[in-house]
Amino acid sequence: MKFAIQVNEGPFTHQASDTAYQFTKAALENGHEIFRVFFYHDGVNNGTYFGVPPIDDRNVQQQWSELAEKHDLDLVVCVAAAQRRGIMDEDESKRHGKGTSNIAPGFRISGLGQLIEAGIQADRLLVFGD
Amino acid sequence: MSDTKTFVYMNRKAPYGTVYALESLEVVLIGAAFEQNVKLVFMDDGVYQLTKNQDTDGIGMKNFSKTYSALGDYDVNQIYVCEQSLKDRGLTLDDLQELTYEDEDDDWAEKSSIHLVSRDQIAEIVGSADVLLNF
Repeated sequence: MKFAIQVNEGPFTHQASDTAYQFTKAALENGHEIFRVFFYHDGVNNGTYFGVPPIDDRNVQQQWSELAEKHDLDLVVCVAAAQRRGIMDEDESKRHGKGTSNIAPGFRISGLGQLIEAGIQADRLLVFGD
Repeated sequence: MSDTKTFVYMNRKAPYGTVYALESLEVVLIGAAFEQNVKLVFMDDGVYQLTKNQDTDGIGMKNFSKTYSALGDYDVNQIYVCEQSLKDRGLTLDDLQELTYEDEDDDWAEKSSIHLVSRDQIAEIVGSADVLLNF
């Protein structure tokens, strides 16, 4: 089956991103396709490269980045939600004069059309978080 | 895009206090460009999103309530409001904005987009969804 995933919560406060990650990983390992993972609302905070959780805790961003590299996953961060919360790639950072970018490897910034397209193209769109 | 799916947007939260009402409207407006079958449901505190004469001066939030009146121009004209949720909050249809669209199948007659529905009807609408987005 072809799944699309929407993640609405940031890492650590809620388990939603962890659950979405575990589902995505299990789906891929069982031969399903993940059309796209779309990060919306506070979910965009999963895409910052600057998180440094304690060594005995999981690194939610790193888990996503590694899964993306292994399976060529499309991890999309909503641009408007990301701008509000300070998640930027180099182009965005330059445009807003911020001097540095913080988007994590494997994530890219794009618009809400990517969410709608995922809903249309996938057999199921699964939403994690409020 | 040849595939047409039914997108149902469930709006259950007050317009201010959380970002969800605003973000829902953003998705609906962007999604309108994809020419899908779109249904909006407003229930629980979500019915407050459609109230008229909203004034946000005192809370420093952007008043985005006027944007709803643009939905008709985007061919988003299936708007379902939970009658019981209105009643529970002492509201009636008169407390809501008038949301209209021009019906191209009826000589562009101006019609209301808002339909009052029961909880059973909402269950049917949810059941009709290919893609269900909760806000």
